[in-house]
Amino acid sequence: MAGYRLPSPAGDALDRSRTVAFTFNGRKLEGFAGDTLASALIASGERLISRSFKYHRPRGIVSCGVEEPTGLLDIGDGATRVPNTRATDIALAEGMVARSANAWPSVRFDLGAINSLFGSVMSAGFYYKTFMWPNWHLFEPTIRRMAGLGYAGDGADPDRYDEMSLHTDVLVVGAGAAGLEAAASAAEQGAKVLLLESERWIGGWVATVGSDQSIARLAERARAAGVEMRLGATVFGLYDHGLAVGVESGVAGVRERTLRIRAKRTILATGAFDRPMLFPGNDKPGVMLAHAAERYAAHYGVAVGRRILVATACDAGLDLAVRLRNHGLNVVAVLDRRQGDYVAEVRGRAGIKAVVVANELDPRERTINADTLLHTGGLTPNVSLHSQAGGGLSWNGMASMFVPSRVAQNVTPVGACAGVFHLERALEHASQVGKGRAAAAPVGGAGDVPASNAPPNNSPRRHRDKTFIDLQNDVCDSDIALAARENFRSVEHLKRYTTTGMASDQGKTSNVNALVTMGNLTNRTPGEVGTTKFRPPYKPVTLGAIVAGRSGARYRPLKRMPAHTFHEARGALFEEFGGWLRPAAYPRNGESLEAAAEREAAQTRSGVSLFEGSPLGKIEVYGPDAAAFLDLMYVGTMSTTAIGQARYGLLLNENGVIADDGIVARLGPDHFWVNTTSGGCERTTLAFEEWLQCEFVDMRVLVQPVVSQWGNVTIAGPNAWKLLQAAGFDELLSPVSMKHMTMREIDYAGTRMRVMRASFSGELGYEINLPSLCTQSLIERLWQIGNAFRLDIGMYGVEALMLMRLEKGFVHVGADTDGTTLPQDVGMARGLDKKTANFVGRRSTLRAAGHDSRRLQLVGLVPTDGRTRLPVGAHIAPHKPPAPIEGFVTSSGFSPTLRHPVGLAMLKQGSQRLGEKLRIYHLDTEIEAEVVKTPFFDPKGARLNG
Amino acid sequence: MMQIDCPHCGLRPENEFHFGGQSHIQRPPLDCSDETWGDYLFARDNPKGDHAERWRHTFGCARWFNMIRNTVTHEIKAIYAMTDSRPAVKS
Repeated sequence: MAGYRLPSPAGDALDRSRTVAFTFNGRKLEGFAGDTLASALIASGERLISRSFKYHRPRGIVSCGVEEPTGLLDIGDGATRVPNTRATDIALAEGMVARSANAWPSVRFDLGAINSLFGSVMSAGFYYKTFMWPNWHLFEPTIRRMAGLGYAGDGADPDRYDEMSLHTDVLVVGAGAAGLEAAASAAEQGAKVLLLESERWIGGWVATVGSDQSIARLAERARAAGVEMRLGATVFGLYDHGLAVGVESGVAGVRERTLRIRAKRTILATGAFDRPMLFPGNDKPGVMLAHAAERYAAHYGVAVGRRILVATACDAGLDLAVRLRNHGLNVVAVLDRRQGDYVAEVRGRAGIKAVVVANELDPRERTINADTLLHTGGLTPNVSLHSQAGGGLSWNGMASMFVPSRVAQNVTPVGACAGVFHLERALEHASQVGKGRAAAAPVGGAGDVPASNAPPNNSPRRHRDKTFIDLQNDVCDSDIALAARENFRSVEHLKRYTTTGMASDQGKTSNVNALVTMGNLTNRTPGEVGTTKFRPPYKPVTLGAIVAGRSGARYRPLKRMPAHTFHEARGALFEEFGGWLRPAAYPRNGESLEAAAEREAAQTRSGVSLFEGSPLGKIEVYGPDAAAFLDLMYVGTMSTTAIGQARYGLLLNENGVIADDGIVARLGPDHFWVNTTSGGCERTTLAFEEWLQCEFVDMRVLVQPVVSQWGNVTIAGPNAWKLLQAAGFDELLSPVSMKHMTMREIDYAGTRMRVMRASFSGELGYEINLPSLCTQSLIERLWQIGNAFRLDIGMYGVEALMLMRLEKGFVHVGADTDGTTLPQDVGMARGLDKKTANFVGRRSTLRAAGHDSRRLQLVGLVPTDGRTRLPVGAHIAPHKPPAPIEGFVTSSGFSPTLRHPVGLAMLKQGSQRLGEKLRIYHLDTEIEAEVVKTPFFDPKGARLNG
Repeated sequence: MMQIDCPHCGLRPENEFHFGGQSHIQRPPLDCSDETWGDYLFARDNPKGDHAERWRHTFGCARWFNMIRNTVTHEIKAIYAMTDSRPAVKS
């Protein structure tokens, strides 16, 4: 029991009238409102918090803020469980459930600790060197279980998240003295100012050391000037053009809220961290950063230990020892590295029993009876956001710290973040920056600090225990030394080889020591070693906060067709097709999807069926140059199409690759109706616009996608005309007077409709395009009439449509084709040869490689046993794999008309292999299939006219 | 995320726009060599510094325009019409 609660009034963030109950590893504990989880744990005497990443060493809480490397806990239960949460950065809440991470079966008895016995072989690059033979994947499952920092929630997150966009003239990050001063100064000049503070209290270091009155005055000034202040809000990323993204906790009704802030200028007042001292056993529970102890005492009324030893290498540490005594803490000794003092050994395993100290000038070791070791080897300006914005850093040799040099993007650091540690100079500088004046930061005030704060090299106990540089990733000084011996010089390589600074704390407290150590080993200053770039997020952010509620059905809302409720009433099985919720089929009495599709296809070929094709791509193209423009867009000449006629169009991209296909009908001299594939309308419209706006800028053409304006009801089958006739449609639509591939504009029931005679099923087909709002009433009317007149009417879904087009051997762009398929690969070389004018993609189709006979070509396949279906994606090979792949199945189904399975495949030299028997491999099965001519069914197209 | 000053709609966040690659590329004639055609299709400048490129305000006016962006700082130095030639800017 090391930590304890100090008597009132210590702890200005606490409300001691409200106790808060929580559990830690199943134990029931209590804290106060205002506590962080860390302060409540320390006050309850808890020390052993977690086990380390690699060696499973016992670890405690070392800091009092976002920089925490080791006090990581799993918070919550079941679906709300969040791993890897810093106990120092989460407000204590009633009923909170906290568990140690990375320990099994318990944090006190952890089997993984056996790793620490093998510490000498688990050095830098251990994984790269050890698990290479025969194959990393052999070792991966075990290693993944051993590593990691906790477990994610096990269900859909039930919590709510929110997001908010804010605009401001000036964003100030950090409500310490410098931040408050900058915010107030900016607002007093009339600027709109937003001030964010990650803690739930303001004042930063000045509030901690007890100058509450000066903070209160600054806060009052800021309030009076209209500064908007948000507490519990951490900026985790600074992006381009003044965009800051933060996360805010403590908002009623939501777990977290994402803030997106666009600011004209940004002032960073993010303070500084302690730079740890280096000594053997500097990771043991009870070894803490010195300034953290003061924060726990001042704001949370918590004493971190009963017998405290302070080890330091800077004046700030000496001042701190005095202030800790004023808080009533029992500081038993102070070691100053500058005077030769150093820590030789920390005794104890899961806590501190005693500390062995020595002095460079005096070889005798002394054992100090202490339970807590506080250390600060200097200060590190918190420059993460400055670096994210693109700012540069320079090494200040006197204070041994990296300070901002070049600023970027209208982002200016002030206060300790800028390396300014004189309070008065910091306030004056912050005031100038707040007013928008260019002012050089008066860096200094931290005193002389030696770069190296480790024990001397001849310390006899130096190698008895590990000295940790990066506590979270378990990187030791010996790992840095190994990297130096193996001639790693670039800081980027050092970082990745040793993984120092690559944990979720991004090396907030470890980077500088790593660079100093590397510099010492390679005779370079830390500035010469260089720094790596900080990247967002500044602290780990939950996926829930980033997603901000756009999950599940809100992730990508699906479009519904105009007659959706009609399909529901018919028992449709809806599936997603290209962003639309469409009937895949209408299964009856427990029918499988495949059986239903086969029944619907057969029904269409015997009677008549209705299909809603509203998602079909529809684009109207107008203008005096519309015909010439479409000639450029499509293989197939549209300018010679007569009014009322329609033509098949194949759309290529500049690489000659098939991008889309469809039917183009001419409605007037300057007016075309373009049908694209259902998923292809958006990209086709965008392609049209790009060509018009960027290349053919003189063409007078208007392109208007009208998918949502026009619904589409398709009637297919031998009885299709009989149905329309019974419904009272004009005789002009009869198959005798209206030819295949023509379009008529008619009025029916007082509504203008555009009727296309086209067929993707191979049957007599009418596609009636009409205003969306009329779609459901037409389809209902046709359904009723079809039933009343006993026309053998049915419905068909997308699966039956695909089956019928497969029977007809029609290519399905995107299923049978991919990003390499040229027109000649799918039997459309004739279209290319016929057209003499230029069109998009033409030059690419002329390349010699495009005419290589060994290219994949589309063929029909029928299994020789007449029974086995051909799995889509199955490979065609000369013998059992491993074998060179000759092609693959692209479409497959069971033809209800032919009573056997059929398929399409892309096959090397396919067009020359008619009649050949192929072997098709899928998982462990082999299927024999014959290359056949397509269409499989009705090759002459006799059924098109009913 | 950048803010782009659409010539038709004004200052809008980058996620309303689509990047369309390097601008001012001339299409070679049909009878060019395969090498020339391949360069036209795939070879692009990759400057560290100012880059003239085209963007579309997809979730706005859907218009294409040109802009000069510094690839290091993302500073946008000029925005101009598709039909304009590249203006001189301070580097």
